[in-house]
Order: sequence, then C-alpha cells, then structure tokens
Amino acid sequence: MHTKRVESTQKANELIDRLREKHGTELMFHQSGGCCDGSAPMCFEVGDFMVGSCDVKLGEIHGCEFFMAPEQFEYMKNTHLTIDVVEGRGSSFSIEIPLGVRFIAISRLFTSEEFENLENIEEC
Amino acid sequence: MSYTKPTFKARYENFIGGEWVAPVDGNYFEAISPIDNQVMTKVAQSNKKDVQVATDAAWKGFETWGKTSVSQRSAVLNKIADAMEANLEMLAVAETWDNGKGIRETINADLPLAIDHFRYFASVIRAETGTTTDLDSSTVSQEIHEPLGVVGQIIPWNFPLLMAAWKIAPAIAAGNCVVLKPAEQTPVSILLMMEVIADVVPAGVINIINGFGPECGKPLALSKGIRKIGFTGETTTGKLIMQYASENIIPVTLELGGKSPNVFMESIMDKDDAFFDKAIEGLVLFAFNQGEVCTCPSRALIQESIYEPFMKRVLERVAAIKMGDPLDPNTMMGAQASKDQYEKILHYINVGKEEGAELLIGGEKFNNPVHPEGFYIQPTLFKGNNKMRIFQEEIFGPVLSVTTFKDIDEALEIANDTLYGLGAGVWTRNVHEMQKLTRGIEAGRVWANCYHAYPAHASFGGYKLSGIGRETHMMMLNNYRHTKNILTSFDESALGFF
Repeated sequence: MHTKRVESTQKANELIDRLREKHGTELMFHQSGGCCDGSAPMCFEVGDFMVGSCDVKLGEIHGCEFFMAPEQFEYMKNTHLTIDVVEGRGSSFSIEIPLGVRFIAISRLFTSEEFENLENIEEC
Repeated sequence: MSYTKPTFKARYENFIGGEWVAPVDGNYFEAISPIDNQVMTKVAQSNKKDVQVATDAAWKGFETWGKTSVSQRSAVLNKIADAMEANLEMLAVAETWDNGKGIRETINADLPLAIDHFRYFASVIRAETGTTTDLDSSTVSQEIHEPLGVVGQIIPWNFPLLMAAWKIAPAIAAGNCVVLKPAEQTPVSILLMMEVIADVVPAGVINIINGFGPECGKPLALSKGIRKIGFTGETTTGKLIMQYASENIIPVTLELGGKSPNVFMESIMDKDDAFFDKAIEGLVLFAFNQGEVCTCPSRALIQESIYEPFMKRVLERVAAIKMGDPLDPNTMMGAQASKDQYEKILHYINVGKEEGAELLIGGEKFNNPVHPEGFYIQPTLFKGNNKMRIFQEEIFGPVLSVTTFKDIDEALEIANDTLYGLGAGVWTRNVHEMQKLTRGIEAGRVWANCYHAYPAHASFGGYKLSGIGRETHMMMLNNYRHTKNILTSFDESALGFF
C-alpha cells in the first residue's frame, strides 16, 4: 500500500456527497494559488474546469480527482494534504460557497518512511 | 475615541438600471462582519436570471451612455467623486465594518484613493485624442476609440470600494456600462456607495449584483450580454474565467496575486537617519491591511551583513503594532476578512513552524478584548529559506517570511524565484544597485525606496502568474474599448481592376 498524497476527512466526504446530490454530477478538485481566496482547494463539476495538460493529479478523495498546477506541485512534493471543511463563507467559484462552508487544505510534511513509499505521480 | 458602529438596513437589493431591484428568485444571504462575527445585514443572492436582468438594463443604459459626450461622461465621474467625498466618513466606517480593516486605513487610504480614481479618469478622457494619418495625398486613416458596450467585472474583498473604483472608473469613462459582482464576503459597502451616487449616475451605467461565485459570478462570466470580463482573485478562478471568456471570445483582464519580495541592501544602515526609519517601516508594511493585499511584501530579503541589527529594529517596530477595535483610529491592524481566511492563515503559521522556519515574533491568533468573536491574528515573522512553502504560497495574511542574501546577484535570484510577479520593493542608498534590482526583478510594479503607494497614473499589473493587463493608468482605457479604423479615399478615380 503506497502513501497517499491527498486524503479527506469524514466532514469533507459528507460535503462532497451533499454537493454531488445537489449538482447531480461527479466532482473534481483543483488546488488554487495566490491572492484573495487562493491557496485553497476549489471544487468544480467534472467538465467545468479544463484541467491543464501538465496539471498534476495528486490522487482521489472520496471518488473525486484532485489536481494541482505543476509549478505549485514543485513546492508541495513533500507535503501531505488533508481536505477538510470549515464553517464560514469563503468566496470564489468553488461550488460549496453557497452552503456557507469552505473546503480547506490542511497540510503536513511526509515522514521519511512515507516519503519512500509515495504513490507515483505522472509529470510532463 | 472610536467611531460608532454603522447601522445598516435589514436587507439590500441589487442595484440595476438605476433602481433597487429584488433578486428574481427572492433569495438573500447573510453578510457577516469579521469584526465581531455577527450578521450585519442581508443582501441579494443573485443567479443567472439576475445576470440577465442586469445585462439587459446595462445594454439599455448603453444606448445613451455609449453616445454621451466625453465632457458629459467626465462630469458624471467627477460628480461620483464629489458625492463619495461628501460621504467619506460614512463610507469608510461601512467599509471597515464590512471588511474588518482599521478605520485609519479606510479614511486615509481606501476612500481617498477610490475618490481620486474617478477624478483621474474624468480628467484623462478630456485630454485624449485619436490619431489621423495621411497615408498618401488622397487617403486618410483615422483611428477612433469606441466603447465595447456592456462589461462584466468581478472584484475581491480586500479593498472592496477601491477595487470597485479601479474597475468601474476606466470602464465607464471609456463609455461602457458595467455589471459588477462584489465579493460575497464584502457585499455591503458598495451598496452604500451606490445609495450615495445613485442620483448622479445615469440609469444602467453601473449595475451591482450580489451573489456567490458559482451561482452569480459564473453566469456573469459566461453571459452573452458582456463584451469583456475583468477579474481580480486567485489563479484557478483566473484560469476558469479565461476558459469562460473563450466561449464567447471576449477579452479578459486578470489580477491574480503575488508573493512580493522586499529587498533591503546593507547601505540602508549607513546612517541611522530618517531614511533608515522609512526602510524599517517599509518592511513592516507587510502588516498593512492585515496582509490581505495582492502586493503584500510578504518576503523580506535582507543583506546578511546587516541582518542582526536591522532585524532588532524591525522587531521593535512590529511589537509596537497596536491591535484592537478596528473603529479606533489608533488601531493599526484590524480583523482578517472572514473565518475561512483566518483559519487558512493560522494553518500557514503551523506550516511555517512544521517546515522548521524560525518564529521571530507573533505566531498566534490575537484575542481581541473589544471583539472576542472576531478574526484577529498577531503580526508574525518567520526566518527561513525561499524554498519553504511559506515563501512560495500566498498566505494573504500578516505573515512575513524573512531570509538573507550575500550579494546583489543572490538577492535577484531569490527575488525572482517565485511563480508570481506582481509587486516588489527595493531599498538602497546606492543608485547602481537600485538600477540593477529594479530592472532585474520580474514584476509589474517595483517600488524603489517606498512601498504600498497606489497613485492613479502609475500602472499596476502582473508578470508571470500574477495576471494579464494593467490598471490604475489611462492605458487601461484601451482594455475597455475597440479601435475603429476609418480609411477614407479622396481620390475620384477607380482602381482599374474590374
């Protein structure tokens, strides 16, 4: 069993289920960078956001693919992400915003053991 | 003495076609002040239907506004500025309550700059000309500016009124009508601004619809009723906006944040004088607006030889930052704009600790005795290296990452080792260093021996992932209009081809 780069909390999974039901479609995530509302996971309907040809797929959370721009991945290679939910309104185009909650990425560095055993990543 | 907490109506509608219009589906959302985490009022929760109503009203307004003379358009912009100035204090207090920032910033920076922006664009359009060229003895080419029509604009929450002014003023000065969506964290102050200016703006020229990104921002960006979209925010949404714009093949202006370096060369400490004092403040400006600025000087690069004595003086100044009631003019740092932002900043402080950065000061939330429920964070300095996440990711809070360099070449290398290129600061008494650094740094705005000044007529915008286009300068007018060429022949003879 390889070490996962991105995982989600029960709260995040429940929110994903709620959004799937509301939107009637599969969802995906893209980690944003920069400015107001940046450095945060954005949740979209599959097909709404055009994933970059070199964007890195970190893994899947609760059945949703999770991507990041390759430039950002360079700095987060050693980082494990846990996607969680906080109360309170964010802004941006992420689809949970109208519900008054926000996905948030909690990060920590991999241990050296985990690092040896990471899932492979396809990079351009 | 603190200013009094502002009063708001129980709820606010959208401002469309010169009137207050209820959202089509009748939904409203609660606007929360980050100062005390309490509901301040309710605002319209608009969707695709409201976007349609607003763009229709804007096109109706454009029938007249698009043909209004430059002198009359200029007069309207000046009247907007005058009305805002007459209500400056009220708008500043509302802005503080909506966003959380200190009243001394809204009164002395946000509002005066927003007002001046309307006056700036009122004046430059009077002095502008198109061009006429004699291509040969009987052929004349005229380059004429024409407005695009109706434009969509989506603005952020860090400077709600100033960002609105930056976007609205050039667009309407150029003869367009605007449909603007404020950020959902700060939807209110601009509605008060519209109350103040409603009488002086012709119907349909400025339309404000509130709502959430996926429900209201997305249909606005995708609307066939707009001829351009302007956006300020983060990178993923920036990409999304470009993607939406490609559907209708309309132009885009994007401002997408940064991780701006602030470079301090050893000559700043040649004397302990007024300039050195200014340089210390120049570093501490990371705390301006609680660090919620796209150009926040969030990476301080300090020459190794002066690090210890300079940092000693800096930390004294940071320790003197007064936090408290944002409505108290003595308060230097207010609340972070929202709960999710607050949580994110605290998380990044943990990231810094975990990465092994040395915490120099701060590093905790601030328990505000006046507003214990609000979102306050201590100004925080970390020392580390530029490969750390706190040096590479935009935290958008009062968190400064400090590192050192040996010489000017290393300073440049570190300064440019970032995905972004919005702002930068350079501090030195040596003109040669100044030239090398200001020209060598890849950023749209380099402050030389100053920082965080935003005068109109100095262009602002990003290199690299920080965006596309420039604001706060008359060149912005061309982002909001067509160029029409009229090619006239005064020759009576046929070409002779057919």
